[in-house]
Amino acid sequence: MELGFLLGSVVKIVAVLGWLYGLLQVMAHASRWVKIIGIIAAFGVIQIAFTLKIGDQSILNDFDAGLLFQACTMAMVALGLNLIYGFNGQFSLGQWGFYGLGAYAAAYVTYKWANDRTSSALFVLLIGVILAGATILVLRRFLSRYYNVPVLSAFTLYLLGCVAAAAVAVVAGNAIASVIDPLFGAKDAPGLLSGDLALQIVFVLAVLCAGVFAAEVSFLFGLPVLSLGSDYFGIATLGFSIVINTLMVNSDTILPFPEMKGGRGMIGIPKLTTWFWVFIFLMLVIVVMRNLIHSSAGRAILSVREDETAAKAMGIDVASNKLLTFVIGSLFAGLGGGIYAHYIGFLSPGTFSFLAGFNPLIVVVFGGLGSMTGTLAASFGWMFFLEGLLRVLLGQMGTEAPTWRFVLYPIALLLLMLLRPQGLLGKTEWGFLRAPAVKPRAPASPPPDARATPAAAAPAAK
Amino acid sequence: MANSIGNSSAPPPGAAILDIQGLTKFFGGLRAVNDFSLTIHRGELIGLIGPNGAGKTTVFNLITGLYTPSSGDIRFLGQSIAGLEPFEITQRGIARTFQNIRLFPNLTVLDNVRIAYHFHAGYNLFDAILRNGKFGSQEKELTERAQDFLAIFKLERVQDELAVNLPYGEQRRVEIARALASNPRLLLLDEPAAGMNPNEILNLMELIGFIRERFDLTILLIEHQMRVVMGICERITVMDFGEVIARGTPNEIQNNERVIEAYLGKGVD
Repeated sequence: MELGFLLGSVVKIVAVLGWLYGLLQVMAHASRWVKIIGIIAAFGVIQIAFTLKIGDQSILNDFDAGLLFQACTMAMVALGLNLIYGFNGQFSLGQWGFYGLGAYAAAYVTYKWANDRTSSALFVLLIGVILAGATILVLRRFLSRYYNVPVLSAFTLYLLGCVAAAAVAVVAGNAIASVIDPLFGAKDAPGLLSGDLALQIVFVLAVLCAGVFAAEVSFLFGLPVLSLGSDYFGIATLGFSIVINTLMVNSDTILPFPEMKGGRGMIGIPKLTTWFWVFIFLMLVIVVMRNLIHSSAGRAILSVREDETAAKAMGIDVASNKLLTFVIGSLFAGLGGGIYAHYIGFLSPGTFSFLAGFNPLIVVVFGGLGSMTGTLAASFGWMFFLEGLLRVLLGQMGTEAPTWRFVLYPIALLLLMLLRPQGLLGKTEWGFLRAPAVKPRAPASPPPDARATPAAAAPAAK
Repeated sequence: MANSIGNSSAPPPGAAILDIQGLTKFFGGLRAVNDFSLTIHRGELIGLIGPNGAGKTTVFNLITGLYTPSSGDIRFLGQSIAGLEPFEITQRGIARTFQNIRLFPNLTVLDNVRIAYHFHAGYNLFDAILRNGKFGSQEKELTERAQDFLAIFKLERVQDELAVNLPYGEQRRVEIARALASNPRLLLLDEPAAGMNPNEILNLMELIGFIRERFDLTILLIEHQMRVVMGICERITVMDFGEVIARGTPNEIQNNERVIEAYLGKGVD
């Protein structure tokens, strides 16, 4: 049994990495139809593996599904962190906090919908993120007219704006819900919105809103804190994670959310995460990140990592650039959190403790800073190896033995840092994630003005 | 005070592009730059020289916004730029190179140059994420323009190399190409000939002359190599201990006693 399990696990790890490779390759294909068919096939292969039964069990069982879903959410969180740390060079330990924020926010919405049969949480969050987002954008445009606005003044203004937006959202959201609920109903209440389709829509909206919510919080938090140097920023983000965790532990006492049940953990979250949604959201994150990185904005993000002074001298607003990166990275974390909450169905502050917050960091470093492929591969490999293979293998050696994996993988990390400091894949990218090659300009037809180039244009070449 | 020093040569043609008046910078109690004034007209090539620690690079950092002036004003194209952020100053049309080359080491040569297009890329974040037509056409255009710059500097064959892997002379050229790609009116070159051999210096002088004509540039140059300064600059400003000690044409500067004194020390009577 042990040998069979070992072999099966290794096959699964290889298969999932092969699947990832194939997906990224097919996404890079020139033909649009091949791309679409390939993506659907990549989705379908795993979907079929879940549903198709050989004998009395499916090819991928619930345990594998758990690994896969967690790997995908980890990939989303870690991609966001890689954007912040690997691409932008800002060492952050706050990613786990935004992940938790997204998880709790999304879970609360669907919890209220499914258990309390009210849409109030949905409308409060929806209106809140829209209003707060609009407030931030308007204030930003307003402040851009003035030079040298002190960061703390700007922060105060944004904070007041967002608090006001939140207050309006609470009032408006509850008011709208009090009209909607009796008219259309919610889950299980008679009415138009009682069906499962409505629940699915609420779920997607909740996840999206949770992502945006995390992004907006990261904007407020990042604005004053990103002006610190990278190391200090790391410490501050660690503080953020601890604050979020403490709020989770006390969510039923110092925060008005008795449904979150504080340290006992939030139960009764509808398990709505399916492979379809995991795949959709993972693809969303991958595509957005790849399109961002291989664009002018992406080059600006990289230039800030490489040399801030030179970036400034190239006309790049370094402070805004860092903030933008931080917000997008947190958005990914928030989305990942929303997906995770609805897979696991139970949220406990322990999951979001700051110690666990090092997991995405380890994944990012393991895969290679500044490598999207590395992060993706490391997320899958990490989850399948650590949680899938090692946990079960060690579990058969004794009840306490699985704890050994927290000794083994730090040692693996240590060895990797010593032997391959650039991470498992370095800066290698697969297929879709690779930078599009730029053809050199044909020397036969130089640009018209370049013909005027004198011999002077070739200094030091000889 | 400024007028009392040296013999100002006849004002050259063209409007004042950069006008610095009474620029002073303190670092704590140290007066790094004291009452520095300089007017540069369109199309000029001005040299800024002086012994080590004279404050030349500080003047550059003040002009480009890396430092905020303690007092005094810097006007560029008629508008005050003192106290603006460095990126705003670059966006208004002042580009610079650095004394110790500051490329983006782990990015390709092409990306180094393309970064200079960021603030005039012609598309925004959402165009990039959606990969719409605007992104496609603008990205293609800016890539081609960046490649034109690389061709001018004979760097087209190394476009996919990481900048850190280039030899020193090519890194210098990438840095100048990158500065030019930001489409400046005024180019500040901080010791472009540092670490070059005589042959490279000769090529560099020709290159500076060429880009000045080709891109209709005004250039302010810090340099220690007297060959370069005397060879290509029309007017020279000499600094010592943060103050301007002489201004004039290369000939006037070569024979100015205070300049000789600053560089070689006072003779014994």
